[in-house]
Amino acid sequence: MAAARIMAAAKLMDVPSVRSGMRFAFIAGAFAFGAYLQARGVLSGILQHSSDVTYLARQHLALTAISGALAIGVGLPLGIVLTRQRFRRYANAVTQIVNLGTTIPTLAIIALAMSVFGIGAPPAIFGLFTLTLLPIVLNTIAGLRMVPPHLIEAARGMGMTPGQILRRVELPNAVFVILAGIRTALAINVGTVPLAFLIGGGGLGELIFTGIDLMEPTMLLAGAIPTALLAIFVDFAIGQCQYWLVPRGVNPLR
Amino acid sequence: MIRLDRVTKMFGPITAVDAVDMEVPAGAVCVLLGPSGCGKTTTMKMINRLIPPSSGKIFVDGRDTAEIDEVTLRRSIGYVIQQIGLFPNKTVEDNICVVPDLLGWDRRKSRSRAAELLRMVNLDPGIFLKRYPKELSGGQQQRVGVVRALAADPPVLLMDEPFGAIDPINREVIQDEFMKLQAELKKTIVFVSHDIDEAVKMASRIAIFRDGRLIQYDTPDNILAHPTDAFVAEFVGSDRTLKRLRLVKVEDAMMKEPPRVRAEDTLDTALRLMEEHGHYAVVMVGPRGRARGLVRVEIARDKKGTVAEHQEPLPGVINIDDDLRTAVSLMFTHGVTWLACVDHDGFYKGYVSQRSITNALGATYRDD
Repeated sequence: MAAARIMAAAKLMDVPSVRSGMRFAFIAGAFAFGAYLQARGVLSGILQHSSDVTYLARQHLALTAISGALAIGVGLPLGIVLTRQRFRRYANAVTQIVNLGTTIPTLAIIALAMSVFGIGAPPAIFGLFTLTLLPIVLNTIAGLRMVPPHLIEAARGMGMTPGQILRRVELPNAVFVILAGIRTALAINVGTVPLAFLIGGGGLGELIFTGIDLMEPTMLLAGAIPTALLAIFVDFAIGQCQYWLVPRGVNPLR
Repeated sequence: MIRLDRVTKMFGPITAVDAVDMEVPAGAVCVLLGPSGCGKTTTMKMINRLIPPSSGKIFVDGRDTAEIDEVTLRRSIGYVIQQIGLFPNKTVEDNICVVPDLLGWDRRKSRSRAAELLRMVNLDPGIFLKRYPKELSGGQQQRVGVVRALAADPPVLLMDEPFGAIDPINREVIQDEFMKLQAELKKTIVFVSHDIDEAVKMASRIAIFRDGRLIQYDTPDNILAHPTDAFVAEFVGSDRTLKRLRLVKVEDAMMKEPPRVRAEDTLDTALRLMEEHGHYAVVMVGPRGRARGLVRVEIARDKKGTVAEHQEPLPGVINIDDDLRTAVSLMFTHGVTWLACVDHDGFYKGYVSQRSITNALGATYRDD
């Protein structure tokens, strides 16, 4: 019954006039919400923090960029190695270990890292790195395993070396899935960076947590809204990479 | 061109290929045939060392393959697989140029070669060069798969059931195209198949495998006419004599220099000619010798006049380049026991009858 209703609703969404009507309602709603916030003085409150926001957002992105780059730099080669004939049997063991990084709460990892690296950005980067690693490794392995074996046989039969098979056949055919993993990983990463504030790592968490402590909702929102926007932006940017960088023949989006 | 010298492959305790000796002459199409698990694919893959032999030697063009670097060896041998294996991330053009690119050919040279190859299999380069494999039909993909193996012009081609995944109608078309291509290129081909009809059609030699052993290695006609044992006889099928029909051209089975009459001849002349040859009909030809019609013996006996007045249309004619299978099929279609044979211009060249077909098929039996 409920399923039927959802189906009907989904079908309704396909009707162009309904869709444009919904879009109009959404824009009107957003506008009304903005006007309401303006009337309550919230917007001007947030804008008061604008210089803090730009500074902290830059710090925020730097944390994401460094920890993300490290995770890609480690996760991608690790995933590739774990799909090679010789190391294939270790794949399960290694992914279990990497999985621990996601299972243990990030806050706990950050706290543990602090006891080793001290206070500041390094323990925060380490915590974010362990959190980000798993989706990248898993998707690299999944993407490479999904390449049909007959493609590899054809490549071998035509005289490609293992390195050429990896670069010209396996990676191009797996890159869509790999990028999907990076997309998920970085979206989680951006959303988790605010915790870095707790060990002095900086980032937009500073506004969020201070806003909570001071019971100042505008300050809280000045941290939370940009964090959300950054997550959406990173997700969108990688989505665009997925669209434009993946060869057309293996790109389900094109 | 390709020589296997007591080649053996063991997978653990199992002998997959057992001391196979075989020689494929240059320009021949050798079909490895047998039930699944008989070692035919393993044998083929040992030639380009995708599977290393356990013992024995393989020579390609006189050189021991064990002494050639395996990557170099494979680049010099064309390879086609059943699943086609076009790289979905590359365009048709880049797929065809895989081996030339690996060999470091000049880009302009390899790209123009790709266009030329596409034309050879009746695909318009203007349309297909920049397409991706997923935008092609199965038959088109397999054509590209075949020309990809030809791109660097290797003397030897290995084909692993290349037409196995294509629907029967398209398969016939692609097989015919491929045979035409092969007649021009004269590559040495090792071709794995489990389809006896395909083998009879394509092969200049057939190698029949069973349990890793090479049971019989001979021309298709000899395999069908003289299967070496009960296994081969059963594998090629109880209708093996019918399959041989496909191997013989009408021209080789027809009675040449047939009696003939012209339109202006009298029925008496026609009757005399028929009695002389013991025939019950004679073909009427036009002024330059084209087959036009026929006169039956009972009509020639009963009526008076010229041939032109009493001729009937021919029930069916067969081209001399067709195979006997087509001829027999035509005979059954029209319910006749003989057919007039004409060449491409319609000139009357001879006739095939059920007896002449039996004789042609029996020729090799009588050689014994």
